[in-house]
Amino acid sequence: MPNPATKKEIFFTGLWKDNPVLRQVLGICSTLAVTNLMVNTLVMDAGLIFTVCMSSLTVSLLRKVTPVRIRMMVQTLIIASYVIIVDIMIKAYLPDISEALGPYVALIITNCIIMGRCEAFARHNPPAASFIDGLGMSLGYSLVLIAIAFIREPLGFGTLLGLRIMPGGFVHWTVMIMAPGAFFTLGIMVWILKYFRPQTGEEKG
Amino acid sequence: MDPINPLTLFFAAIFTNNILLTNFLGLCPFLSMSGQKKSAFGMGAAVVFVMASTTALNNLVHYKILVPLGLEHFRYIVFIVVIAAFVQLVEMTVERFFPSLYFSLGIFLPLITVNCAIFGASLFMVIRKYDFVQSLAYGAGSGIGWMLAIISISAIREKLQKTAKLPRGLEGPAITLIITGLLALAFLAFSGMIRVQ
Repeated sequence: MPNPATKKEIFFTGLWKDNPVLRQVLGICSTLAVTNLMVNTLVMDAGLIFTVCMSSLTVSLLRKVTPVRIRMMVQTLIIASYVIIVDIMIKAYLPDISEALGPYVALIITNCIIMGRCEAFARHNPPAASFIDGLGMSLGYSLVLIAIAFIREPLGFGTLLGLRIMPGGFVHWTVMIMAPGAFFTLGIMVWILKYFRPQTGEEKG
Repeated sequence: MDPINPLTLFFAAIFTNNILLTNFLGLCPFLSMSGQKKSAFGMGAAVVFVMASTTALNNLVHYKILVPLGLEHFRYIVFIVVIAAFVQLVEMTVERFFPSLYFSLGIFLPLITVNCAIFGASLFMVIRKYDFVQSLAYGAGSGIGWMLAIISISAIREKLQKTAKLPRGLEGPAITLIITGLLALAFLAFSGMIRVQ
Protein backbone atom coordinates (compact mmCIF):
# COMPACT_ATOMS: atom_id res chain seq x y z
CA MET A 1 0.00 0.00 0.00
CA PRO A 2 1.86 3.14 -1.13
CA ASN A 3 1.52 6.35 0.76
CA PRO A 4 -0.30 9.04 -1.24
CA ALA A 5 -3.67 8.29 0.41
CA THR A 6 -4.70 11.02 2.82
CA LYS A 7 -5.70 10.25 6.37
CA LYS A 8 -9.34 10.77 5.54
CA GLU A 9 -9.16 8.27 2.70
CA ILE A 10 -7.43 5.74 4.93
CA PHE A 11 -10.18 6.14 7.50
CA PHE A 12 -13.03 5.62 5.08
CA THR A 13 -11.33 2.73 3.34
CA GLY A 14 -11.49 0.81 6.59
CA LEU A 15 -14.91 2.04 7.55
CA TRP A 16 -16.71 1.16 4.36
CA LYS A 17 -14.78 0.48 1.17
CA ASP A 18 -12.74 -2.43 2.50
CA ASN A 19 -14.95 -3.20 5.46
CA PRO A 20 -13.17 -6.04 7.25
CA VAL A 21 -16.23 -8.16 7.89
CA LEU A 22 -18.41 -7.61 4.84
CA ARG A 23 -15.72 -7.17 2.21
CA GLN A 24 -12.79 -9.21 3.40
CA VAL A 25 -14.80 -11.65 5.58
CA LEU A 26 -12.17 -11.55 8.31
CA GLY A 27 -12.47 -11.76 12.05
CA ILE A 28 -15.96 -13.12 11.98
CA CYS A 29 -15.53 -15.57 14.85
CA SER A 30 -16.28 -13.01 17.48
CA THR A 31 -18.66 -11.19 15.16
CA LEU A 32 -21.06 -14.04 15.43
CA ALA A 33 -20.51 -15.12 19.00
CA VAL A 34 -21.25 -11.86 20.80
CA THR A 35 -24.02 -10.42 18.66
CA ASN A 36 -27.01 -12.04 20.32
CA LEU A 37 -27.24 -9.15 22.79
CA MET A 38 -26.60 -5.51 21.97
CA VAL A 39 -24.90 -4.78 25.32
CA ASN A 40 -22.32 -7.51 24.81
CA THR A 41 -21.72 -6.26 21.30
CA LEU A 42 -21.03 -2.71 22.43
CA VAL A 43 -18.56 -3.81 25.10
CA MET A 44 -16.82 -6.09 22.65
CA ASP A 45 -16.60 -3.25 20.11
CA ALA A 46 -15.04 -0.90 22.63
CA GLY A 47 -12.43 -3.52 23.50
CA LEU A 48 -11.68 -4.20 19.88
CA ILE A 49 -11.35 -0.56 18.89
CA PHE A 50 -8.91 0.05 21.73
CA THR A 51 -6.84 -3.02 20.86
CA VAL A 52 -6.67 -2.42 17.12
CA CYS A 53 -5.73 1.27 17.43
CA MET A 54 -3.15 0.79 20.13
CA SER A 55 -1.50 -2.26 18.59
CA SER A 56 -1.37 -0.62 15.15
CA LEU A 57 0.24 2.40 16.78
CA THR A 58 2.76 0.31 18.71
CA VAL A 59 3.68 -1.92 15.80
CA SER A 60 4.18 1.16 13.69
CA LEU A 61 6.37 2.85 16.31
CA LEU A 62 8.52 -0.25 16.59
CA ARG A 63 8.59 -0.92 12.86
CA LYS A 64 12.20 0.17 12.38
CA VAL A 65 13.63 -1.87 15.24
CA THR A 66 11.66 -5.11 14.78
CA PRO A 67 13.62 -7.86 13.02
CA VAL A 68 11.59 -9.11 10.04
CA ARG A 69 11.91 -12.77 10.92
CA ILE A 70 10.31 -12.58 14.32
CA ARG A 71 7.82 -9.82 13.54
CA MET A 72 4.78 -12.11 13.86
CA MET A 73 5.78 -13.07 17.36
CA VAL A 74 6.40 -9.44 18.32
CA GLN A 75 3.03 -8.40 16.90
CA THR A 76 1.24 -11.19 18.72
CA LEU A 77 2.84 -10.23 22.01
CA ILE A 78 1.92 -6.57 21.54
CA ILE A 79 -1.68 -7.49 20.75
CA ALA A 80 -1.87 -9.94 23.66
CA SER A 81 -0.65 -7.30 26.11
CA TYR A 82 -3.37 -4.87 25.09
CA VAL A 83 -6.02 -7.57 25.21
CA ILE A 84 -5.00 -8.44 28.77
CA ILE A 85 -5.51 -4.79 29.71
CA VAL A 86 -8.97 -4.84 28.13
CA ASP A 87 -9.85 -8.11 29.82
CA ILE A 88 -8.83 -6.89 33.27
CA MET A 89 -10.75 -3.62 32.78
CA ILE A 90 -13.94 -5.40 31.75
CA LYS A 91 -13.62 -7.86 34.64
CA ALA A 92 -13.21 -5.02 37.10
CA TYR A 93 -15.92 -2.65 35.91
CA LEU A 94 -18.46 -4.88 34.14
CA PRO A 95 -18.27 -8.29 35.85
CA ASP A 96 -21.64 -9.50 34.48
CA ILE A 97 -20.71 -8.78 30.90
CA SER A 98 -17.30 -10.29 31.41
CA GLU A 99 -19.06 -13.47 32.51
CA ALA A 100 -21.30 -13.45 29.43
CA LEU A 101 -18.50 -12.78 26.98
CA GLY A 102 -16.46 -15.61 28.48
CA PRO A 103 -13.39 -16.38 26.40
CA TYR A 104 -14.34 -14.13 23.53
CA VAL A 105 -12.54 -11.10 24.95
CA ALA A 106 -9.32 -13.08 24.99
CA LEU A 107 -10.07 -14.27 21.50
CA ILE A 108 -9.54 -10.72 20.27
CA ILE A 109 -5.88 -11.77 20.22
CA THR A 110 -6.44 -14.22 17.41
CA ASN A 111 -8.88 -11.96 15.58
CA CYS A 112 -7.43 -11.90 12.09
CA ILE A 113 -8.26 -8.22 11.58
CA ILE A 114 -5.75 -6.95 14.09
CA MET A 115 -2.93 -9.12 12.85
CA GLY A 116 -3.96 -8.33 9.29
CA ARG A 117 -3.76 -4.58 9.84
CA CYS A 118 -0.43 -4.79 11.65
CA GLU A 119 0.98 -6.95 8.89
CA ALA A 120 -0.51 -5.14 5.90
CA PHE A 121 -0.46 -1.55 7.04
CA ALA A 122 1.19 -0.60 10.33
CA ARG A 123 4.43 -2.36 9.44
CA HIS A 124 5.11 0.04 6.52
CA ASN A 125 3.45 3.26 7.62
CA PRO A 126 4.05 6.06 10.12
CA PRO A 127 2.29 5.91 13.50
CA ALA A 128 -0.41 8.53 12.88
CA ALA A 129 -1.60 6.90 9.65
CA SER A 130 -1.54 3.47 11.29
CA PHE A 131 -3.63 4.73 14.16
CA ILE A 132 -6.21 6.18 11.75
CA ASP A 133 -6.21 2.99 9.72
CA GLY A 134 -6.81 0.95 12.87
CA LEU A 135 -9.60 3.30 13.90
CA GLY A 136 -11.33 3.08 10.52
CA MET A 137 -11.07 -0.69 10.33
CA SER A 138 -12.25 -1.29 13.86
CA LEU A 139 -15.14 1.16 13.51
CA GLY A 140 -16.16 -0.57 10.30
CA TYR A 141 -16.04 -3.86 12.14
CA SER A 142 -18.05 -2.46 15.03
CA LEU A 143 -20.74 -1.09 12.74
CA VAL A 144 -21.31 -4.52 11.24
CA LEU A 145 -21.45 -6.11 14.67
CA ILE A 146 -23.99 -3.56 15.80
CA ALA A 147 -26.06 -4.11 12.67
CA ILE A 148 -26.11 -7.86 13.26
CA ALA A 149 -27.02 -7.44 16.92
CA PHE A 150 -29.73 -5.01 15.84
CA ILE A 151 -31.29 -7.83 13.81
CA ARG A 152 -30.67 -10.71 16.20
CA GLU A 153 -31.64 -9.30 19.57
CA PRO A 154 -35.14 -8.00 18.65
CA LEU A 155 -35.99 -11.16 16.74
CA GLY A 156 -34.54 -13.55 19.30
CA PHE A 157 -35.45 -11.93 22.63
CA GLY A 158 -37.94 -9.26 21.54
CA THR A 159 -35.77 -6.61 23.20
CA LEU A 160 -33.13 -4.05 22.32
CA LEU A 161 -30.55 -3.14 24.96
CA GLY A 162 -32.81 -4.95 27.40
CA LEU A 163 -35.89 -2.84 26.58
CA ARG A 164 -38.88 -4.62 25.13
CA ILE A 165 -39.58 -3.28 21.65
CA MET A 166 -41.56 -6.02 19.97
CA PRO A 167 -45.37 -6.16 20.44
CA GLY A 168 -46.73 -8.46 23.14
CA GLY A 169 -47.89 -11.32 20.96
CA PHE A 170 -44.55 -11.63 19.19
CA VAL A 171 -43.24 -15.19 19.11
CA HIS A 172 -39.49 -15.18 19.74
CA TRP A 173 -37.39 -16.65 16.99
CA THR A 174 -35.24 -18.75 19.25
CA VAL A 175 -33.08 -19.78 16.32
CA MET A 176 -31.85 -16.20 16.00
CA ILE A 177 -30.06 -16.24 19.34
CA MET A 178 -28.45 -19.57 18.60
CA ALA A 179 -25.65 -20.34 16.19
CA PRO A 180 -27.60 -20.87 12.94
CA GLY A 181 -29.28 -17.47 13.20
CA ALA A 182 -25.91 -15.79 13.32
CA PHE A 183 -24.67 -17.59 10.22
CA PHE A 184 -27.83 -16.76 8.31
CA THR A 185 -27.78 -13.10 9.28
CA LEU A 186 -24.17 -12.55 8.28
CA GLY A 187 -24.53 -14.63 5.12
CA ILE A 188 -27.50 -12.60 3.96
CA MET A 189 -25.77 -9.31 4.79
CA VAL A 190 -22.71 -10.27 2.77
CA TRP A 191 -24.96 -11.34 -0.08
CA ILE A 192 -26.92 -8.10 -0.17
CA LEU A 193 -23.77 -6.01 -0.09
CA LYS A 194 -22.12 -7.99 -2.85
CA TYR A 195 -25.24 -7.85 -4.95
CA PHE A 196 -25.27 -4.08 -5.00
CA ARG A 197 -21.54 -3.54 -5.18
CA PRO A 198 -19.89 -6.46 -6.95
CA GLN A 199 -16.33 -6.89 -5.82
CA THR A 200 -13.67 -6.38 -8.44
CA GLY A 201 -10.45 -8.35 -8.42
CA GLU A 202 -9.90 -11.84 -7.16
CA GLU A 203 -12.54 -13.79 -5.34
CA LYS A 204 -11.90 -14.92 -1.80
CA GLY A 205 -12.81 -18.34 -0.48
CA MET B 1 -20.21 -30.29 40.18
CA ASP B 2 -19.37 -33.91 39.43
CA PRO B 3 -16.35 -34.39 37.24
CA ILE B 4 -17.46 -35.08 33.71
CA ASN B 5 -16.47 -38.39 32.22
CA PRO B 6 -13.75 -37.70 29.60
CA LEU B 7 -15.50 -39.94 27.09
CA THR B 8 -18.73 -37.98 27.45
CA LEU B 9 -16.76 -34.81 27.00
CA PHE B 10 -15.15 -36.19 23.87
CA PHE B 11 -18.45 -36.91 22.18
CA ALA B 12 -20.03 -33.72 23.43
CA ALA B 13 -17.20 -31.74 21.89
CA ILE B 14 -17.74 -33.42 18.54
CA PHE B 15 -21.50 -33.24 18.30
CA THR B 16 -23.43 -31.14 20.79
CA ASN B 17 -20.83 -28.50 21.55
CA ASN B 18 -19.14 -28.42 18.18
CA ILE B 19 -16.54 -25.69 18.45
CA LEU B 20 -17.23 -24.33 14.98
CA LEU B 21 -20.98 -24.61 14.79
CA THR B 22 -21.93 -23.56 18.31
CA ASN B 23 -18.96 -21.45 19.43
CA PHE B 24 -18.07 -19.89 16.07
CA LEU B 25 -14.38 -20.54 16.48
CA GLY B 26 -12.00 -21.13 13.62
CA LEU B 27 -14.20 -19.53 11.02
CA CYS B 28 -11.50 -17.67 9.09
CA PRO B 29 -9.56 -20.74 7.94
CA PHE B 30 -12.88 -22.52 7.65
CA LEU B 31 -14.11 -20.07 5.02
CA SER B 32 -10.88 -19.84 3.09
CA MET B 33 -9.91 -23.51 3.12
CA SER B 34 -13.24 -25.19 2.51
CA GLY B 35 -13.18 -24.83 -1.28
CA GLN B 36 -11.77 -28.28 -1.95
CA LYS B 37 -12.15 -31.54 -0.11
CA LYS B 38 -8.44 -32.30 -0.26
CA SER B 39 -7.25 -29.14 1.43
CA ALA B 40 -10.13 -29.31 3.89
CA PHE B 41 -9.02 -32.76 4.91
CA GLY B 42 -5.39 -31.70 5.34
CA MET B 43 -6.30 -28.69 7.40
CA GLY B 44 -8.73 -30.74 9.48
CA ALA B 45 -6.17 -33.43 10.28
CA ALA B 46 -3.58 -30.85 11.27
CA VAL B 47 -6.11 -29.12 13.52
CA VAL B 48 -7.10 -32.35 15.29
CA PHE B 49 -3.50 -33.11 16.14
CA VAL B 50 -2.47 -29.63 17.22
CA MET B 51 -5.64 -28.95 19.16
CA ALA B 52 -5.49 -32.17 21.19
CA SER B 53 -1.81 -31.64 22.02
CA THR B 54 -1.89 -27.94 22.83
CA THR B 55 -5.03 -28.12 24.97
CA ALA B 56 -3.43 -30.81 27.11
CA LEU B 57 -0.09 -29.00 27.14
CA ASN B 58 -1.66 -25.70 28.13
CA ASN B 59 -3.54 -27.47 30.90
CA LEU B 60 -0.22 -28.61 32.37
CA VAL B 61 1.34 -25.19 31.90
CA HIS B 62 -1.61 -23.45 33.51
CA TYR B 63 -1.99 -25.62 36.59
CA LYS B 64 1.65 -26.59 37.17
CA ILE B 65 3.37 -23.29 36.38
CA LEU B 66 1.04 -20.30 36.17
CA VAL B 67 -1.31 -20.98 39.09
CA PRO B 68 1.42 -21.77 41.67
CA LEU B 69 3.27 -18.62 40.64
CA GLY B 70 0.11 -16.49 40.67
CA LEU B 71 0.54 -15.47 37.04
CA GLU B 72 -2.94 -16.35 35.75
CA HIS B 73 -3.33 -12.95 34.15
CA PHE B 74 -0.54 -13.72 31.74
CA ARG B 75 -2.12 -16.92 30.53
CA TYR B 76 -3.17 -15.44 27.18
CA ILE B 77 0.38 -14.57 26.25
CA VAL B 78 1.72 -17.86 27.56
CA PHE B 79 -0.90 -19.92 25.71
CA ILE B 80 -0.20 -18.17 22.44
CA VAL B 81 3.52 -18.71 22.84
CA VAL B 82 3.02 -22.37 23.72
CA ILE B 83 0.82 -22.89 20.67
CA ALA B 84 3.20 -21.07 18.32
CA ALA B 85 6.22 -22.91 19.68
CA PHE B 86 4.47 -26.25 19.47
CA VAL B 87 3.40 -25.70 15.88
CA GLN B 88 6.90 -24.64 14.93
CA LEU B 89 8.35 -27.73 16.57
CA VAL B 90 5.91 -30.07 14.86
CA GLU B 91 6.59 -28.42 11.53
CA MET B 92 10.33 -28.91 11.86
CA THR B 93 9.97 -32.52 13.04
CA VAL B 94 7.62 -33.45 10.24
CA GLU B 95 9.79 -31.75 7.64
CA ARG B 96 12.87 -33.58 8.86
CA PHE B 97 11.49 -37.09 9.31
CA PHE B 98 8.37 -37.38 7.15
CA PRO B 99 8.93 -35.29 4.04
CA SER B 100 5.99 -36.79 2.16
CA LEU B 101 3.64 -35.98 5.02
CA TYR B 102 5.13 -32.53 5.15
CA PHE B 103 4.16 -31.79 1.58
CA SER B 104 0.57 -32.87 2.09
CA LEU B 105 -0.06 -31.47 5.59
CA GLY B 106 2.88 -29.24 6.39
CA ILE B 107 1.67 -26.25 4.46
CA PHE B 108 -1.35 -26.05 6.74
CA LEU B 109 0.66 -25.97 9.95
CA PRO B 110 1.73 -22.30 9.98
CA LEU B 111 -1.87 -21.28 9.35
CA ILE B 112 -2.89 -23.04 12.51
CA THR B 113 -1.12 -20.64 14.84
CA VAL B 114 -3.68 -18.01 13.99
CA ASN B 115 -6.63 -20.41 14.12
CA CYS B 116 -8.76 -19.06 16.91
CA ALA B 117 -10.32 -22.47 17.55
CA ILE B 118 -7.01 -23.76 18.93
CA PHE B 119 -6.61 -20.84 21.29
CA GLY B 120 -10.32 -20.92 22.12
CA ALA B 121 -10.14 -24.57 23.16
CA SER B 122 -7.39 -23.72 25.64
CA LEU B 123 -9.44 -20.85 27.04
CA PHE B 124 -12.56 -22.97 27.44
CA MET B 125 -10.40 -25.56 29.16
CA VAL B 126 -9.42 -23.00 31.82
CA ILE B 127 -12.88 -21.50 32.23
CA ARG B 128 -14.54 -24.89 32.64
CA LYS B 129 -11.78 -26.14 34.96
CA TYR B 130 -10.97 -29.36 33.13
CA ASP B 131 -8.26 -31.65 34.46
CA PHE B 132 -5.55 -33.14 32.29
CA VAL B 133 -7.44 -36.15 30.89
CA GLN B 134 -10.56 -34.07 30.33
CA SER B 135 -8.52 -31.47 28.47
CA LEU B 136 -7.04 -34.09 26.21
CA ALA B 137 -10.51 -35.51 25.49
CA TYR B 138 -11.95 -32.06 24.95
CA GLY B 139 -9.13 -30.97 22.65
CA ALA B 140 -9.31 -34.13 20.55
CA GLY B 141 -13.11 -33.98 20.37
CA SER B 142 -13.16 -30.35 19.37
CA GLY B 143 -10.56 -30.96 16.70
CA ILE B 144 -12.51 -33.87 15.26
CA GLY B 145 -15.71 -31.84 15.38
CA TRP B 146 -14.01 -29.01 13.49
CA MET B 147 -12.67 -31.44 10.91
CA LEU B 148 -16.10 -33.01 10.48
CA ALA B 149 -17.61 -29.59 9.83
CA ILE B 150 -14.99 -28.41 7.35
CA ILE B 151 -15.10 -31.67 5.39
CA SER B 152 -18.90 -31.64 5.17
CA ILE B 153 -18.90 -28.05 3.98
CA SER B 154 -16.17 -28.61 1.41
CA ALA B 155 -18.04 -31.60 0.00
CA ILE B 156 -21.20 -29.52 -0.31
CA ARG B 157 -19.30 -26.65 -1.90
CA GLU B 158 -17.62 -28.89 -4.46
CA LYS B 159 -21.00 -30.24 -5.54
CA LEU B 160 -22.42 -26.75 -5.59
CA GLN B 161 -19.73 -25.45 -7.88
CA LYS B 162 -20.47 -28.13 -10.44
CA THR B 163 -24.22 -28.10 -10.44
CA ALA B 164 -25.76 -24.97 -9.02
CA LYS B 165 -26.21 -21.59 -10.65
CA LEU B 166 -26.09 -19.06 -7.89
CA PRO B 167 -27.61 -15.60 -8.05
CA ARG B 168 -25.29 -12.64 -8.25
CA GLY B 169 -23.41 -11.88 -5.05
CA LEU B 170 -24.34 -15.11 -3.34
CA GLU B 171 -21.31 -17.05 -4.51
CA GLY B 172 -18.26 -17.26 -2.26
CA PRO B 173 -18.49 -16.38 1.43
CA ALA B 174 -22.21 -15.61 1.47
CA ILE B 175 -23.42 -19.03 0.39
CA THR B 176 -20.83 -20.72 2.58
CA LEU B 177 -22.15 -18.88 5.61
CA ILE B 178 -25.72 -19.84 4.81
CA ILE B 179 -24.81 -23.50 4.28
CA THR B 180 -22.92 -23.40 7.57
CA GLY B 181 -26.07 -22.07 9.20
CA LEU B 182 -28.03 -25.02 7.83
CA LEU B 183 -25.35 -27.41 9.05
CA ALA B 184 -25.47 -25.80 12.50
CA LEU B 185 -29.23 -26.25 12.45
CA ALA B 186 -28.73 -29.93 11.67
CA PHE B 187 -26.23 -30.28 14.50
CA LEU B 188 -28.76 -28.78 16.89
CA ALA B 189 -30.62 -32.04 16.55
CA PHE B 190 -27.85 -33.65 18.63
CA SER B 191 -28.25 -31.16 21.40
CA GLY B 192 -30.58 -33.16 23.64
CA MET B 193 -28.35 -36.21 23.67
CA ILE B 194 -25.47 -35.19 25.92
CA ARG B 195 -25.59 -32.22 28.20
CA VAL B 196 -22.29 -30.62 29.10
CA GLN B 197 -22.66 -27.03 30.24
